[in-house]
Amino acid sequence: MGRWTAALGVLLLTAAGCRQDMHDAPRYDPLEASDLFTNGSSVRPLVPGTVPRGQLNDDAFLHTGKGPDGLPVTAFPFAITHVELDRGQDRYNVYCAPCHGRTGEGNGMVVQRGYRQAQSMHIDRLKLAPVGYFYDVITNGFGVMPDYRTQIPVEDRWKIVAYVRALQLSRTATTADMPADALARLLKGEPAAKAPVEIHR
Amino acid sequence: MSQIFPKSANAAVRSSLFAVLTLVLFLGWVGFTLMRSSWLTKQSEYVEQPIQFSHAHHVGGIGLDCRYCHTSVEKSSFAGIPPTKTCINCHSQIWATAPILEPVRASFRDDTPMKWKRVTDLPDFVYFNHQIHVKQGVGCATCHGPVDKMPLITQATSMQMEWCLACHREPEKFLRPRAEVFNMAYEAPANQIELGLRLKKEYNVAGIEHMTSCSVCHR
Ligand code: HEC
Ligand code: HEC
Ligand code: HEC
Ligand code: HEC
Ligand code: HEC
Ligand code: HEC
Repeated sequence: MGRWTAALGVLLLTAAGCRQDMHDAPRYDPLEASDLFTNGSSVRPLVPGTVPRGQLNDDAFLHTGKGPDGLPVTAFPFAITHVELDRGQDRYNVYCAPCHGRTGEGNGMVVQRGYRQAQSMHIDRLKLAPVGYFYDVITNGFGVMPDYRTQIPVEDRWKIVAYVRALQLSRTATTADMPADALARLLKGEPAAKAPVEIHR
Repeated sequence: MSQIFPKSANAAVRSSLFAVLTLVLFLGWVGFTLMRSSWLTKQSEYVEQPIQFSHAHHVGGIGLDCRYCHTSVEKSSFAGIPPTKTCINCHSQIWATAPILEPVRASFRDDTPMKWKRVTDLPDFVYFNHQIHVKQGVGCATCHGPVDKMPLITQATSMQMEWCLACHREPEKFLRPRAEVFNMAYEAPANQIELGLRLKKEYNVAGIEHMTSCSVCHR
């Protein structure tokens, strides 16, 4: 009998070794809860005035879209090519189209479910508005429109602005504005622009 | 001296040997099935959340892109869970006084985060990274299932090691063009293997030795 008790004891001891420590290591995963702080979050807000290395954001043109005179700038802080435009289109469709619609008319799905409708991007006032104005609206919001500063990085905001400009131009463009090869494709009945096979990242 | 065992005991011994073998095989089968059962992998299980957030309404219904909320999925290992501010973007006006959204409004008012519970959770000894999968053309739906049809989200796949490896051995069976990664309606073409092999070359996907070496996921 003693032998069986001993065997059972060894078995129990072995089983007690089967702990799941490695499954849940004593560290915080991103966004994991903690009861150390009153709001239950394990991450702490930055102390006001903290500047992460390399993020001083001292380029006012790039980060505020305003000139030294405090007025919205009329030029982009970096060159806009097809790569930037494609990226802008991609981001516009993710972050703006739910309300402003894919074409900028202001009739996105969320508006159809009861959100306030914004002005169309194609009204004269907005066609004449400087690019810095659009950048400022994305960064700080406008009226009831929320700001998008935490969801969209600075460079992407400018690329979205570039795409909004392209949307506005597309309304009044004529065949005379088209490059010869695109026009040739259009006359043959093919799509004028090659579909972006790749979204540049 | 009389015999202790009657002759029929031979049959009993043989059949008990057989019974032991069957029992061992049966236990093996039970273990094998149990390991893969949804009871252990938590596959298709609902998780009680502080508020019933519906991907079916937000993604399938109003057509939001995953990145509107899971903003870091393309550039970090962690996909990110949206802060309350993201909900308030719309719910400051939509269903702004609905009782069902009170926890969201309270969270925004008091600056206390929503306590979402994890649905998919790998053990801490496994390293996983969203960025590389998104960049190399693995769709969200391949791992998370038809999220746009889920009123409450569940884990769509077993998320076991053998499941990861099944793809790491033959990614060509699953790869899709980068532009389709977030598209929930995407369907694999008939020539998937051909497409997969082409994308594998184009995106420079790592070879099988690297993809199946233990230190890739256990670092
Ligand atoms: C949640 C819905 C929503 C989203 C998403 C949204 N907007 Fe708006 N936007 C609005 C509303 C509503 C207004 C009008 C605000 C008002 O009049 O009080 C507006 C106004 C604007 C204006 C100013 C128009 C004017 O009349 O001067 C611009 C520019 C603009 N949005 C650009 C954008 C861009 C770019 C994005 C994507 C980064 C975006 N919006 C995303 C709802 C939205
Ligand atoms: C309106 C914001 C929103 C959008 C858009 C959205 N999600 Fe979510 N997602 C959430 C929230 C909030 C949670 C946490 C609550 C939950 O688990 O249901 C979540 C949870 C998840 C989870 C489970 C995470 C876990 O706990 O393991 C997955 C997987 C997921 N989302 C995938 C997607 C995919 C794929 C898309 C795009 C098709 C998407 N989401 C679009 C807000 C969103
Ligand atoms: C882009 C706008 C938008 C965002 C962002 C958004 N919602 Fe919604 N939400 C809606 C709309 C529109 C409806 C109404 C749905 C319908 O009419 O089908 C809704 C409905 C709901 C409902 C009501 C039940 C249901 O599913 O119909 C809940 C709960 C909800 N949202 C929670 C959330 C939470 C939590 C978040 C943040 C993670 C969030 N929403 C972010 C637009 C949004
Ligand atoms: C290769 C498979 C795979 C793909 C592709 C994938 N996920 Fe995940 N996802 C996972 C795994 C595994 C986890 C659990 C990670 C953990 O526990 O550390 C996860 C977790 C999540 C979470 C919870 C937060 C987190 O990061 O842990 C969200 C949200 C999410 N995924 C959204 C998405 C979205 C959106 C996409 C598409 C862009 C996507 N996933 C693509 C496997 C995948
Ligand atoms: C449907 C296919 C698929 C599934 C499922 C999948 N992966 Fe991957 N995984 C890939 C591809 C493709 C790559 C890109 C390899 C490369 O080019 O470097 C990758 C890369 C990785 C990497 C980075 C490799 C490196 O070079 O550092 C890790 C880590 C990883 N996967 C972990 C996992 C884990 C853990 C799981 C299971 C939870 C998983 N993966 C499931 C397809 C998949
Ligand atoms: C593609 C990613 C990947 C690779 C490569 C990989 N593993 Fe794993 N491994 C996992 C995941 C995911 C789990 C967790 C499975 C679960 O939760 O059920 C795991 C779990 C384990 C476990 C623990 C099992 C348990 O239940 O506690 C061991 C041991 C292990 N792996 C060993 C290895 C060895 C040895 C290798 C190399 C031959 C290897 N793994 C390669 C993804 C991987």
